Amino acid sequence: MNVVTQLVVILGTIGVVMVTVLLHVAYLTYFERKVLGWMQDRMGPMEVGYHGLLQPIADGLKLFMKEDIIPSGANKIIFSLAPILSLIPALIGFAVIPWGDGQLTIPLPWIGDVTFRPFVTDLNIGILYLLALSSVGAYGILLGGWASNSKYSLLGGLRSAAQVISYELALGMSLVGVLLLAGSLSLVKIAQAQAGGFWHWYAFALPFPQIVALALYGIAAVAETNRLPFDLPEAESELVAGFFTEYSGMRFAFFFLAEYANMILVSCIAAIVFLGGWHAPFPFLDFVPGIVWFLLKVYVFLFFFYWIRATLPRLRYDQLMTFGWKVMIPLVLANILVTSVAAYFWMN
Amino acid sequence: MAQLLFFYFGGVIVGTATLVVTLRNPIYSAISLLVTFFHVAGLFVLLNAEFIAAVQVLVYAGAILVLYLFVVMLLNLKREERYHRQSLVGVLLGVVILSELALIVSRSTFQSAIGPFTPAVLQAVGNTEAVGRALFTTYLLPFEVASLILLVAMIGAIVLAKRVVRT
Repeated sequence: MNVVTQLVVILGTIGVVMVTVLLHVAYLTYFERKVLGWMQDRMGPMEVGYHGLLQPIADGLKLFMKEDIIPSGANKIIFSLAPILSLIPALIGFAVIPWGDGQLTIPLPWIGDVTFRPFVTDLNIGILYLLALSSVGAYGILLGGWASNSKYSLLGGLRSAAQVISYELALGMSLVGVLLLAGSLSLVKIAQAQAGGFWHWYAFALPFPQIVALALYGIAAVAETNRLPFDLPEAESELVAGFFTEYSGMRFAFFFLAEYANMILVSCIAAIVFLGGWHAPFPFLDFVPGIVWFLLKVYVFLFFFYWIRATLPRLRYDQLMTFGWKVMIPLVLANILVTSVAAYFWMN
Repeated sequence: MAQLLFFYFGGVIVGTATLVVTLRNPIYSAISLLVTFFHVAGLFVLLNAEFIAAVQVLVYAGAILVLYLFVVMLLNLKREERYHRQSLVGVLLGVVILSELALIVSRSTFQSAIGPFTPAVLQAVGNTEAVGRALFTTYLLPFEVASLILLVAMIGAIVLAKRVVRT
């Protein structure tokens, strides 16, 4: 392949990934409202389209048409910048997510062989890249809360900053066990190491199953994406809507998109790192395409987000901090210790 | 191409670093510092040090600067309070350090010795592995000393922040 075709292929892959992610984000809202509805013995959205299937499109159009209000006394530049700062890290994280295995080479006339791969790029520091992005995502929330010139927004932004810093430590360290066993930071290599049945997935694999790490990762991921029961940055009953109280129209939609894109991103990481990525749970099921398994695992994890939201009440702020520092971090450190001892004896 | 990128990163770093100290609003200063950090990470990528680049963003942009912003927002600094008539001392120190740097740069030769980790070696071994191996074998003692110093700083902060509550 020459440089131009390579560039076209890369840009095409990025386009496909972006469109897929944004469509999934739109229908995640529908999925969430349906799941919450059923759990609370209601129907959920029913009016627009068959069983409300067109509801996300209607919501998107509505947000697009709405008036864009900038409150008086707000810092205009940062107020407009914050939603973008929040959305970009959430979207460019998908560059290192592998959706499947292998590659597809198509011989085209005049151009030559064109190779398509199911990921944008395979960084050798994939996981670190994702963690770095997730920590940068806090800026949008923090600056948005500050620039709104509103007490509720500022409090929401400050809470979010403290929460994200506390929980991203646990999030990153819960992945260290798998990194020790896989010996790589590349998401593609980690997923490839888990082939051949669910007993090879790192959540269940010998020498030390990372199932505790998976649970801790799940908790930290809910906190990192500001979802219930850790949604203190936007707690309705105390802060109106938290950091995006003053936002409306498309700017509000950006924050909303960022939150849901982040949810998909952390679910993708969980599916790849702990649950074998695109690999089938049993070898005889290998005929099903890898992307099906991958999406299935991601959606199971997303369902947990909704399940927890419908089940648990919101934590108090001091409980959140105590839990993060005094429960999560010691458990994560213990997991690293036990895993490294187990890996040491296993490899010798 | 690499040289062009180097000059882009270097130029933006100098520009935004100047903005950090000259802008009046501390929030704007923090945002300029964020841009600086990202471009420093870009320089690391140009040097085949992806691991350091990611850690640069993760630690400096993701944790330390967020805490800075946090404090700035909580204190709600007024613009006048930041300059305690330090300009004269600042200019003096700046001139001294600048002349020292100029002296060092003009007297030294850069390509004296090439270390074992050339770009080709890094491609083969892997960047993270190379950093890890160097840290935990050759430089183990400095590494542990550095963590000890951080621990001391942490304990010091806790001791200073904690007050005895008299009942």
